[in-house]
Amino acid sequence: MAMHPKRKKRLFVVLAVVVFSSVGIGLVVNGLSGNINLFYPPADVVAGKAPIDRQIRVGGMVVDGSVKRSNSSLEVRFDVTDYAGTVPVVYSGILPDLFDEGQGVVAAGQLNEQGVFVAHEVLAKHDENYMPPEVAEALEAAGKKL
Amino acid sequence: MIAEYGLLALIMALVSAAALTVIPMWGAWRGSIAAMHSARPLALSLFVFCAISFAMLCVSFLNDDFSLVVVASNSNSMLPSFYKFSAVWGNHEGSMLLWTLVLASWTLAVAIFSSDLPVKLMARVLAVMGSISIGFISFSIFTSNPFARHLPNAPLDGQDLNPLLQDIGLIIHPPLLYMGYVGFSVAFAFAIAALLGGRLDAAWARWSRPWTNVAWGFLTLGIMLGSWWAYYELGWGGWWFWDPVENASFMPWLAGTALVHSLAVTEKRGVFKSWTVLLAIATFSLSLLGTFLVRSGVLTSVHAFASDPDRGLFILVFLLVVVGGSLVLFALRAPAVDSDIRYGWLSRETLLLFNNVIFLVATITVLFGTLFPLLMDALGQGKYSVGPPYFNAVFVPLMAVLVPVMGIGPFTRWKSDDPKRWNKILIQGAVACTLAAAILPWLGGDFNLWVSLSLLLAFWIGAGLIGDLRLKAEGRSTLWSVVTRQTPSYWGMVLAHLGFAMCIISVVVVTQWNVERDLRMAPGDVAELAGYRFEFHGSSGVQGPNYVADEGVVTVYRRDKRVAELRPQKRQYKASGQVMTEAAIDAGLWRDLYVAMGESIGSDGAWAMRLHYKPMVRWMWIGATLIGFGAFVTVFDRRYRKVKVSAPQEALAHA
Repeated sequence: MAMHPKRKKRLFVVLAVVVFSSVGIGLVVNGLSGNINLFYPPADVVAGKAPIDRQIRVGGMVVDGSVKRSNSSLEVRFDVTDYAGTVPVVYSGILPDLFDEGQGVVAAGQLNEQGVFVAHEVLAKHDENYMPPEVAEALEAAGKKL
Repeated sequence: MIAEYGLLALIMALVSAAALTVIPMWGAWRGSIAAMHSARPLALSLFVFCAISFAMLCVSFLNDDFSLVVVASNSNSMLPSFYKFSAVWGNHEGSMLLWTLVLASWTLAVAIFSSDLPVKLMARVLAVMGSISIGFISFSIFTSNPFARHLPNAPLDGQDLNPLLQDIGLIIHPPLLYMGYVGFSVAFAFAIAALLGGRLDAAWARWSRPWTNVAWGFLTLGIMLGSWWAYYELGWGGWWFWDPVENASFMPWLAGTALVHSLAVTEKRGVFKSWTVLLAIATFSLSLLGTFLVRSGVLTSVHAFASDPDRGLFILVFLLVVVGGSLVLFALRAPAVDSDIRYGWLSRETLLLFNNVIFLVATITVLFGTLFPLLMDALGQGKYSVGPPYFNAVFVPLMAVLVPVMGIGPFTRWKSDDPKRWNKILIQGAVACTLAAAILPWLGGDFNLWVSLSLLLAFWIGAGLIGDLRLKAEGRSTLWSVVTRQTPSYWGMVLAHLGFAMCIISVVVVTQWNVERDLRMAPGDVAELAGYRFEFHGSSGVQGPNYVADEGVVTVYRRDKRVAELRPQKRQYKASGQVMTEAAIDAGLWRDLYVAMGESIGSDGAWAMRLHYKPMVRWMWIGATLIGFGAFVTVFDRRYRKVKVSAPQEALAHA
């Protein structure tokens, strides 16, 4: 069946749109799977609501006096709290400049069987007055005024 | 009084913007020539008042007028004066004022260079730009007044500029970025004016094109500087994080790239008209969306100076008005019938359409990844974050399918082409690229498939450009005569495409061959990294103008030859007490050596140190600079300077 050239072109355009949007959606779905991570406040982690061995983020305040550095390596341990629960975190590497005890922090990593959060990335705020919004909300939810 | 004059000037700017919106638009509607001609003086008045207002804020910063809230919160008497100057836009209020100044500058530029435009089009374009000014100036005055005072108790000294922003990169990055962001308002204004006038043709595209190219060039340079700044200033050695704020500037760039190419088709062939208009609207809307994301404080970022729900709401409403209004106008006025101009399966039109589809899909996937966390949060589904793996997974394949087409694009003819014409040259080019891509990676040590593929793609772009010159040279005596005959537009394209090829190589090489180590180093310790030996000699205290620092000394050797002495610092700023890492970099065309200090550990003078070996990292910034300059070069094309309106078109414009 011969097609009118204009219709043929329109068909081509429609096909191209369909193909490219499926490719786009495919890429997005593929990209999203396993590459998004959910934030859990320490209270939820302690309550066992956070999954084990999956990419998640945990954030809260660094407990005063909890930061312990290893003497031979870059390993550092500290506790993160939202005052309703406290999670021990272990991290190996260089901490951001604004990381400090009593400050807000968000860590990305995995929770292990022992309930220790193994972080591969630790983010602190960018300036003195700024609080990561997740942390602010988690603290609010836990009923602690900032 | 200085600040009050500044506020007064800003109010006068608002009045000018309102007049600029109403009077010429009314004139274009009623056919009043006098009203239409008022657009140029009103644009000048808008610019002058914005400039005065901005100058008053600069004076307040330089004079340490801490009775102003912004000065007190973002400056300090100890701050070196060039940072006092850049502190003007190192905060929310001042940066919005800079935005309005940049917008007024673009408006003035259009007013100056519009003598060739039909008066009706000129009036409408300037009126649309005036209406955008109304939005941003009111935003400044009503939600982010930079001239607000601390009364009656003004502090004696300021809290200081965020140390991260005390840097040469910050002096130039925001103005360039804004030149790009805001510059797209010109393309937008042309699109809206064309829709209002019902006239969308090649002449319209020719007027709009140089403005769009320049804006896109500025945005490219702005993004490049941001990446460079992040690299040396944040102390992590990263150059792109897919941070929402980076994405906010990257989305208009992606859409702008599609726009720049589709304008070429509309100008040369008169097709894709509605599509081009839609892209112009989309690109500027994404600029506004970027502003909303950055300025509303919904994002966690170094750019989110302050969060204030009123501001977010204001920009959101403004965004909805602009996007909604222009889409409604588009629906009502876009040419209903598609053009009769045909083009074949293999033609430059088809290839550029492919470019547009790729960049559009890229824009949408980046947009989705950026908004996904906000969407899930709004729906109460939890706090997600979408990280670099997502963006890499969607973005890299898209660019990989783009490049094969990018190679043949420059020499494919408009309308329709026959592959027989260039088959031979194409195959020769492909063989040369494959050989080079197979051999060259061995220079970097061991063979790496990804590096090899990136070289193949990059060389393919180069081979296409060389093939184009060879095709053009057929039937001519010398290649030189071909080279001298090409227009600035053409060379701009060549520069931009070569720059893109450099970026591909750089990104892949540095990702694949980057060596990075965090380790504990005591004085006298030695670390080996990628054939370089780093010796740490300990640290000592140094004094800066407004900070104290521990400065480490690291000497680097390669095969027992001393290569560099690096002095990274850990600074503490006096006014705020904020601690900041200042990385030390030995830069080179083929590799950067990068050392940053973490924190002091233990009593033996040991530090946590971060050592990087970054091969060819500079190429991406050089490449991006070429892309930006390529865009600027196109403007010198003769055909943009001598835009003479032919008689029938002029008649149409006045109809």
